[in-house]
Amino acid sequence: MTGQTLIHLQDVSKRFVKGKDTITIFDHLGLTIPVGDFVAVMGPSGSGKTTLLNLLGGIDQPTEGAITFDGARVDTLTEGQLARWRAHNVGFIFQFYNLMPTLSAARNVELPLLLTSFGRAERRRRVEAALSLVGLAERASHYPREMSGGQQQRVAIARALISDPKLLLCDEPTGDLDRATADEILAMLQLLNREMGKTIVMVTHDPEAAKYARRTLHLDKGRFTERDLVA
Amino acid sequence: MSDLYLLWRNLFRRKLRTFLMMLAIFVAFVIYGVLGSINYAFEHGVDSVADNRLVVTNKITFIQPMPFAYVNKIAAVKGVKNVTYASWFGGYYQDPRNQIGTYAVDPESYMRVYRDDLRIDPEAHDTFIHDRTTMLVGEAVAKKYGWKAGDRIPLNSNIFTNKADGSHTWELTVAGIAYAAKEASNTNFILFQHENFNESKTFGKDTVGWITLETDSATVNDKVAAAIDDLFANSTAETNTQSEKAFGKAFLAQLGNIALIITLVVGAAFATILMIVGNTMVMAVRERTKEIAVLKTLGFPSWRIWRQVLGESVLLALLGGVPGLAVAALLVTLLAKGVSGAIPGLALTLPVTALGVGFMVLLGLITGFVPAWTALRLNIVTALGRL
Repeated sequence: MTGQTLIHLQDVSKRFVKGKDTITIFDHLGLTIPVGDFVAVMGPSGSGKTTLLNLLGGIDQPTEGAITFDGARVDTLTEGQLARWRAHNVGFIFQFYNLMPTLSAARNVELPLLLTSFGRAERRRRVEAALSLVGLAERASHYPREMSGGQQQRVAIARALISDPKLLLCDEPTGDLDRATADEILAMLQLLNREMGKTIVMVTHDPEAAKYARRTLHLDKGRFTERDLVA
Repeated sequence: MSDLYLLWRNLFRRKLRTFLMMLAIFVAFVIYGVLGSINYAFEHGVDSVADNRLVVTNKITFIQPMPFAYVNKIAAVKGVKNVTYASWFGGYYQDPRNQIGTYAVDPESYMRVYRDDLRIDPEAHDTFIHDRTTMLVGEAVAKKYGWKAGDRIPLNSNIFTNKADGSHTWELTVAGIAYAAKEASNTNFILFQHENFNESKTFGKDTVGWITLETDSATVNDKVAAAIDDLFANSTAETNTQSEKAFGKAFLAQLGNIALIITLVVGAAFATILMIVGNTMVMAVRERTKEIAVLKTLGFPSWRIWRQVLGESVLLALLGGVPGLAVAALLVTLLAKGVSGAIPGLALTLPVTALGVGFMVLLGLITGFVPAWTALRLNIVTALGRL
């Protein structure tokens, strides 16, 4: 870790209106994540873990407060600007992989590169490199239905890495995997953090998974319970 | 990989469903192609006639004859250049099912008025004018029955009786073949001498079915038509003078309003397809809600996904519609041979094809609009169930 701030949440509030009720998820939440950090976010259901991930990934906007990424505000971006920002800066890894069933592993990994100006040869080179990194070079032409859960998650990691984002957001990445496979995936994430310097925020229910992170934040009722980690 | 590849893979994710949708579109465009071509051939055949030709018929109905004396009176009207006349014979060959458009005409004046529409060998032309027992046979009829110059053909009428022997048969010699000078002209006809017809029929003597005239210019058509109808006002056979185009359309209308029938049939086919394909496309995109949300999460802009979904439905319409038009072209070609020129210019023409492709794109855009809009508006958080 360099100590340089990658993400900063300042007085972020998030409220949802459901019928006549207003549900407050966060109320003036603060958080700083330095470059190269690997943060595990734990907490009971409904504590706001996923909403936090949505805000960090720019797929949801705060009701109040400011979110800065690499020194620039992202909470003020339009939907189109956010889409571009996500494509360049954030890689997503989901619990259920969310691969495109109609595309092979290589094509799934290539997807984010359609948003770049890379030519076909460069895209192929990058896809091969990403699949090799996750140990699936030989499964490039396989479809998701032809792969195990662990392999699908590795393809999802390759897809998240392909555009070389600074931030990886993982939503229960091992929630659907057995222990051994989960450990493989977590070790891979740890490697990406330590060797490639990727900043990772991982939501998990699994204390074993959290051990792979550099630190763990506990969320409860929209508040971090470890005060020393809150900005 | 490109957006087109993505689109293609999505379109064929459920092959049977896509195939059935393509089949439905295919059938709709076969119907459109065949009926549209027939309609175009009828419309275009009528439209191709000269602008300065008028047709005078009995005001009651054009199947009611008029006195022969009208011909000379009309010829004397100011603005009339050439006049000819004809009568409907109701001809058929051997079997009443073998109907042939048979007209008794005045050869010289008829050839003068229709000089730009027919191409006739000079020898055949002379024979037809000078020999009262001859007939000119349109190319389509000659081809169908294998007739050639010099053949003697017993031609039957389902209206008139030949006073020579009390039969319904007139034996006529083929003077030659009449070819269409314009592609869209009908050659499913027989012309024979009105003088011969007038003398040999048992009733309706000295009458004509209709009188065709050329005006000095199309600009005086209205004035000439009004003058002719005024001339015979309050007579026993009042007249109705109209352009030959209008007359042709009125004649076709006897067969029913072809354009309306075709529009209704094609419209019904398209409306059905619209509902089937539209509904299926909505379902197809709905079951991909999560994938669309993932694409948006990866950074795909909403408009690009909107374009994908619309492109998918347009491609589907083209994949079903283009083969449909191709098969329609084949069927129309076979049909054109089968009817032996009865519908001149019957072919899948460029305008019909272009309109068909336009319909495909429109069909794709309409059926894709709702799912594309849904995809455009899709909220990632809701779609991924991440609240």
